[in-house]
Amino acid sequence: MLDYITSYLGMNTTPGQAGNVFWVLVYILVVFGGVSVAVMAMNWLERKALAHFQIRLGPMRVGPHGLLQPIADAVKLLTKEDIIPAEADKFVFWIAPLIILCASFTVYIVIPFGPTHAITDLNIGILFMLGVSSLSVLGVVMAGWASNSHYPLIGSLRSSAQMISYEIAMGMAVVSAVLMTSLNKSGTGTLSMIGIVQAQQQQQIWFLFKFFPLGLIAFVIFAIAMVAETNRAPFDLPEAESELTAGFHTEYSGLRWSLFMLGEYAAMIAVSSIAVTLWVGGWMRPFPNTLTGDTWDLVFSLFPGLTFLGLALIAFIGVVRMPKHPYFRIQTIGLAGFAAVLALIGLLLFAPPVRDRIQDIFWFIAKVAVFMYMYIWYRATFPRYRFDQLMKVGWKVLLPIAIGVLILTAIAGVLF
Amino acid sequence: MAPVATTFFFYLLAGLTLVSGILVITQKNAVHSALALIFGLLSQAGLYLMLYAPFVAGVQIILYAGGIMVLFLFVIMLVNLERSQKEDQFNQQWLVGLLAAVALGGLFVAVYMKGKDLFPEQIAQPAENSNTQQIAVMLYGQYMFAFEIASLLLLVAIIGAVVMAKKRI
Repeated sequence: MLDYITSYLGMNTTPGQAGNVFWVLVYILVVFGGVSVAVMAMNWLERKALAHFQIRLGPMRVGPHGLLQPIADAVKLLTKEDIIPAEADKFVFWIAPLIILCASFTVYIVIPFGPTHAITDLNIGILFMLGVSSLSVLGVVMAGWASNSHYPLIGSLRSSAQMISYEIAMGMAVVSAVLMTSLNKSGTGTLSMIGIVQAQQQQQIWFLFKFFPLGLIAFVIFAIAMVAETNRAPFDLPEAESELTAGFHTEYSGLRWSLFMLGEYAAMIAVSSIAVTLWVGGWMRPFPNTLTGDTWDLVFSLFPGLTFLGLALIAFIGVVRMPKHPYFRIQTIGLAGFAAVLALIGLLLFAPPVRDRIQDIFWFIAKVAVFMYMYIWYRATFPRYRFDQLMKVGWKVLLPIAIGVLILTAIAGVLF
Repeated sequence: MAPVATTFFFYLLAGLTLVSGILVITQKNAVHSALALIFGLLSQAGLYLMLYAPFVAGVQIILYAGGIMVLFLFVIMLVNLERSQKEDQFNQQWLVGLLAAVALGGLFVAVYMKGKDLFPEQIAQPAENSNTQQIAVMLYGQYMFAFEIASLLLLVAIIGAVVMAKKRI
């Protein structure tokens, strides 16, 4: 048994390909836990950042600077009464949030956090991701229909039309990136997520800058389509609160509603990871081809620790700026403890064995975090589209441009 | 690495496909039928995976389960289904049904009896790792002409649908 567990450690491949069930389970648990924590952090960050965009404070009461707000929310949602409408289709109503949750968490199987840090590497990686994440629309449609109420039904009708429309433009953009992977000596491309990043490593360029500006346009199309695909502002018509109360999840409450939210945020992280893998070089650190040598390797390997130390510094400034009233003593101590934990993690990340292993994961997560912040930014900046405008953008703007980019990329690939 | 494609998984997936197929025709509610169909299509994708054809499985999920079935549900939700729930679900045509069933069963039995001649002796060596590439070589090399004709046919169907749906173009 112990041999079986340790036998994987020397291997230079993902646990799924090595066929080691134990490590696959470990990886799945780590990814599941990590994504759940990331969703909670994202929840806090979104409310805080949106508030600051609008010159408000945001959550401030539960914990220092509202840091414990997500936990309080989770407890509230779990203990809330779970209502199923009398006229609802019970089975479909019950299974819809589970479908969304499964669809958005299953795609994490192929996301490459590093050359060997993925649960497994599929030959059809990107196809699998697009396919399974497109299943989540079924959950939305089922939820809206099973509620047996008007607003949810309209929400799910909008959702299905929107997802079908933007999926096509998204697919075209992805194909043009996959085409770029075939520009090697053997002339065969790949759909595997790890293979796509390795192709960028080989060609020494992010696909974002390949055949400038073709890669950039494809990336922008994907970036727009992925916001529509995850039902986020400015494309959040399925749950437009000013028109449809809460859209497809109007009738949901408590735990089931929180499953919808968990699924939505997990899907956001998943599509951001697709964008990072396809265009922004996946787990690679910035400038792996120009800034080479041991010194630069060392400099870039210090980034994870420095990031955490920076966060600790921000938290510490928060401690200093806390009001000196006795009311705030516990909050101040709590924030100081939080800063200390962050600093400790930062110091731990400076240790050479940890530093070398954590690097790929850090750069991947840092790139995904940028996309997650963009999601919040979009939400604070753009007003919601009208439905006909949404359809017009999808079919008459994004799709023709995506097809054009695909054709031009193919031509450029043959010529150069 | 031990093969995943064991007999157990085959019977599991085949059973799921059969059960959901039966549910598709016996459910009164059209949305329930569509959901059963989705499960049938997904387990079919699993069967393709067992044949070491991951690309076909991926396309099955992306096109049928993710694309076509969403459109089905979209249409089902738009049309009024109150009336169809009260109608009889099956025609009382026992004789024709029996004949068709016997003919199909006979076909299966015949294939099974002649199976040894039709199918190769040894198990084919599956090329799982290059399945996508091999399909691409086949489609764009050997069967290029047929492939282009099929895509032209689909294009004609799309244009036809647009022409029929729109009064003024």
